Amino acid sequence: MSSKIKRNVLQSMIIGVLAYMGALGVPQPAQAEYADIVINNYADAAGMRPAVFPHWFHRIRFRCKVCHTDLGFAFKAGGNKIDMAKIIDGKFCGACHNGEIAWSVENCAMCHSGIPGQPTHFHGSTVQRLIAPAYQPLPTNDAKK
Amino acid sequence: MNHKTKAISFSLAMLMSAFAWNTQSYANEATGVELPVMLAEISSVNTFNVNLKKPKSRNLPPAEDGIHDPENEATHSLQHPLDAYKGLPTSEYGNYVDWVKALDEGKLRPRWDRSDPNEEPFVLDLDIVRPVKASVPDVVFPHRQHTEWLYCSNCHPAIFIPQKNANQISMSAILLGEKCGVCHGKVSFPIETKTCRKCHSKPKPAGWTPPLSEATLKNPWK
Repeated sequence: MSSKIKRNVLQSMIIGVLAYMGALGVPQPAQAEYADIVINNYADAAGMRPAVFPHWFHRIRFRCKVCHTDLGFAFKAGGNKIDMAKIIDGKFCGACHNGEIAWSVENCAMCHSGIPGQPTHFHGSTVQRLIAPAYQPLPTNDAKK
Repeated sequence: MNHKTKAISFSLAMLMSAFAWNTQSYANEATGVELPVMLAEISSVNTFNVNLKKPKSRNLPPAEDGIHDPENEATHSLQHPLDAYKGLPTSEYGNYVDWVKALDEGKLRPRWDRSDPNEEPFVLDLDIVRPVKASVPDVVFPHRQHTEWLYCSNCHPAIFIPQKNANQISMSAILLGEKCGVCHGKVSFPIETKTCRKCHSKPKPAGWTPPLSEATLKNPWK
């Protein structure tokens, strides 16, 4: 084997090893449960962590119909414009999270548990996997005035 | 500059760009009150490439899943998916739980009413066959599995007009989150190669041949 070929082989091996090590430094995408929703319409602006809604947890206990028919949740991540005022009035999450059916709203951090700064998104959805949807956070009450 | 140094500097550049990516996402987190239009992370654009590595771990506990904040104390008191899935039939996609089978086998008893645990769903056992133009098997839509979970008004008439031949459905619409894609590919089973046959389940009638395209029919050179 000529020294030139040897050198080429050595070079490619070095490039391969270093590229592999470089790839280890690339941040891994989130591996949350399929259908987990991060809702960050108002949370970040209010200084709270975004809320995370786990579909899997809820569908073990309730059929889709309960929330999506009876409680009026639209089939759209962040599309329901939920805020705490609606929840304490017994709408949306507040229909159950009232201390009677499920734990009540003083457990702030149980829902507001997302990594700050994440946009509203549907984890693992096909749309999310193919294209990155852009989200404009909804205006807060202060901004509207 | 010889080849070896070139290779090393190339790899270093790759490493640096990886870290640059990190800092960019931290900068986004620090934007605070004035939030511009944000771009969601494209979570796995390349999973359609079968040669790429699959994620090794599935059903991670909330603190390790990449969307929950491990610095939040309450994150650690949330239930772990695998604890909740014990005893449920498994599948190879989505949550890796076969939700419909779990319901059919009685392993799940989710409520149909918010507060009354004894209320039963209104189940409609009606299959709709949809012939498909392409050579993939025809689609059978089973109302039964859907009405176990949903109420009629969830789909009709906003998503599907309850009338024969009134709905135009395509895979592109579904992949972009329309029609069946309002749920499938988000909550109910995802659109992957493994799941094609769950809907495309009725073999083509005997003697069926794919229709010739216009380009073939009008080809002046044939």
